[in-house]
Amino acid sequence: MKFVDEYRDSAAAEKLLGAIRGLVTRPWTIMEVCGGQTHAILKYGIDELLPAGVTLLHGPGCPVCVTPLEKIDRAVALASRPDVIFCSFGDMLRVPGTDRDLLSVKAAGGDVRIVYSPLDALRIAAENPARQVVFFAVGFETTAPGNAMAVYQAKRADIRNFTVLVSHVLVPPALEAVLGSPGCRVQGFLAAGHVCAVMGYTEYLPIAARYHVPIVVTGFEPLDILQGIHLCLKQLEQGRAEVENQYSRVVSEQGNRPAQALVAEVFQVVNRAWRGIGEIPRSGLGLTESFAAFDAERRFDLSAVGPRPEPAECIAGLVLQGLQKPPECEAFGGRCTPEHPLGATMVSPEGACAAYYRHRRIAAGQGSVR
Amino acid sequence: MCLAVPGRITSITGDDPWTRTAKVSFGGVLVDVNLAYLPDVKVDDYVIVHAGFALSQIDEAEAALIFEELSRLAPDLEEGGEPAA
Amino acid sequence: MSQPNDFSPSCPVPLAQYEQVLLAHGGGGRLMHQLLERVFLAAFSNPALDTGHDAAVLDVGGARIAFTTDSYVVHPLFFPGGSIGTLAVNGTVNDLAMAGARPIALSAGFIIEEGLAVETLERVVASMRDAAREAGVPIVTGDTKVVDRGKGDGVFINTAGIGLVEHGLRVAPASVRPGDAVILSGDIGRHGMAIMAVRENLPFESAIESDCAPLCAPVLGLIASGAEVHCLRDLTRGGLASALNEIAGGAGVGITVDERAVAVREDVRGACEILGFDPMYVANEGRFVAFVPEADAARAVEVLRRHPVSSAAGVIGWVTEGASGLVAVRTPLGATRVLDMLSGEQLPRIC
Repeated sequence: MKFVDEYRDSAAAEKLLGAIRGLVTRPWTIMEVCGGQTHAILKYGIDELLPAGVTLLHGPGCPVCVTPLEKIDRAVALASRPDVIFCSFGDMLRVPGTDRDLLSVKAAGGDVRIVYSPLDALRIAAENPARQVVFFAVGFETTAPGNAMAVYQAKRADIRNFTVLVSHVLVPPALEAVLGSPGCRVQGFLAAGHVCAVMGYTEYLPIAARYHVPIVVTGFEPLDILQGIHLCLKQLEQGRAEVENQYSRVVSEQGNRPAQALVAEVFQVVNRAWRGIGEIPRSGLGLTESFAAFDAERRFDLSAVGPRPEPAECIAGLVLQGLQKPPECEAFGGRCTPEHPLGATMVSPEGACAAYYRHRRIAAGQGSVR
Repeated sequence: MCLAVPGRITSITGDDPWTRTAKVSFGGVLVDVNLAYLPDVKVDDYVIVHAGFALSQIDEAEAALIFEELSRLAPDLEEGGEPAA
Repeated sequence: MSQPNDFSPSCPVPLAQYEQVLLAHGGGGRLMHQLLERVFLAAFSNPALDTGHDAAVLDVGGARIAFTTDSYVVHPLFFPGGSIGTLAVNGTVNDLAMAGARPIALSAGFIIEEGLAVETLERVVASMRDAAREAGVPIVTGDTKVVDRGKGDGVFINTAGIGLVEHGLRVAPASVRPGDAVILSGDIGRHGMAIMAVRENLPFESAIESDCAPLCAPVLGLIASGAEVHCLRDLTRGGLASALNEIAGGAGVGITVDERAVAVREDVRGACEILGFDPMYVANEGRFVAFVPEADAARAVEVLRRHPVSSAAGVIGWVTEGASGLVAVRTPLGATRVLDMLSGEQLPRIC
């Protein structure tokens, strides 16, 4: 596949690794923000191939991991209603709420459907006029344009049985929250390439300046990640703190203007709670007043499903900020495994805990390998 | 977040800019993709697709840059890099 | 307003064990194995069952008889490259083959939903007739039941099969040894993605067809060639990863696979990329892995390549000392990662 295979070439990767090894003179800690990048790093074993002094921390770049508990509980409540067809991206089905997840609701007879695109949920609404269709609109800035379009087209076509349960979060405030934490060890960032494809990267300039951290907009294939790490390390070694664009074949400084425009019309910036982190001001999206009729939280009475106290068992929040590593958690690998996750970072295949769980097993069971 | 995959536009239908749709090929598999956010793309262009939406057109000249960069890196390898494990 | 860093990070109350059966319990992954152990194996335990292989091999009056059963609940009933009928025949024929047995006969039980068109039932049955003919195995007995509308997905089919083990090998996980070569019979992921292509809500067009096929010919050919076949396993739900994990766990060995040696057709790869699927976990219906001593590997590959269904057979990895139960993958960049058993089933993702 063009624009995929060539970025997975092992000889080229080896060259980049060699350049990285030749470059570092002291330990550095870099955080990759995006769950998709975490996935590629683990799939290809990039963290294993980097020189020992370079530490990669996995950041809060997975909407699965940061969707607040209350939102999951509301999703479960809506999906349990007999008059509702609840549509969601597959990612959200196994995230634990207070008592249940969406998969359990489906098992108990709820009409829960996985969709690939938010427009599929809209189509289901058009085809089922007698039922209410709720779409779980989660994601970072990458997914906001698609979700915005579904709401926009619903209004345009006057589809009245369609609403969205919104749980959108924004990356730059998350970066600032990480950087503002007292124990923060992150010295450089790989910014999320597809978020920047939509938003551009001008928002990162003040962050790089204020905290003096290099931020490299990075893609998702092994060569992208290695090149992003290389550029970030070069900046660190040289004492620079700039915003650089590794993913220039997809990302431009201004981003996708039409997408930004529709997102601004349908959504507005709001304060948002992040699971395990707490509320970060102006870090989420909510519907604007002119699209409020499509807000599931207004159409349905969900007052009974309010913020719940979250018993402190898992340290997902600390992990998400890179303050602690999964193996430092007492529940890790025992009470908390991918089959019986205590927190979202174990549920998501990109979640840091699930990633560490697999690596821990490698270290424990190392046999002779040809 | 952001699982988005590059694919090639094989056909485009629709006059309404909001619902203009392409059949994008991913290794031969065709998916209907909304083009509202890329009004200028044409058949045979490569786009990045996320959840059924085309978000960016791939700039082929920029795409080649990483490989030019790599060919310049090779000399570094002899100076300071370690041999491949 | 408190600072973002002034909080106590916390986690939701954990989900305890699922007290209801989920679809994921049928996915071939860890949840399914937990259910099997907790409910079925605990109740039925006996030596033949506990070998944990695709078919049970019983000593009956001097003959070694393989016996297996499987149920088919696929939806849609017809998909590119096959139907519930072809799966029902080939799936059970293949389980017998994986025990090293020559299939002798099949039974077929049908649970039919009220309202199913008879013409649909005829098409399913015709596909079974054709598959049975191709595999050279008669369907000698059966049963039909009808359930209320809404209580069945069109039709569910159960097939059971008996076969004869006509050689002295004990083809089972327990026979696997460190140093054995792992041979894969062909490219992976076709069946699972062919099914995905016709499911609603996942809109894509493709030419991917299921690889559903009988595997007795190459397997019996392999055994007849004199290769010391230690173990065979056909890849079904849960894909290559699950099959390898089951054998590594059952045999108490480690397995290492070179990802570059595992072939995936380009369109299957494209479909996996857009849904975020790992081909290693995608279902197959006409592929198997064979474990043979290193010395027999080259000849085994050559024998398998003579059969159309395994014409692309090749060595993909090795059984290792230590690392009991662990399947490791050498990535294209030369690092190693664990190929874990899937937790539930793969779901399309955007993340």
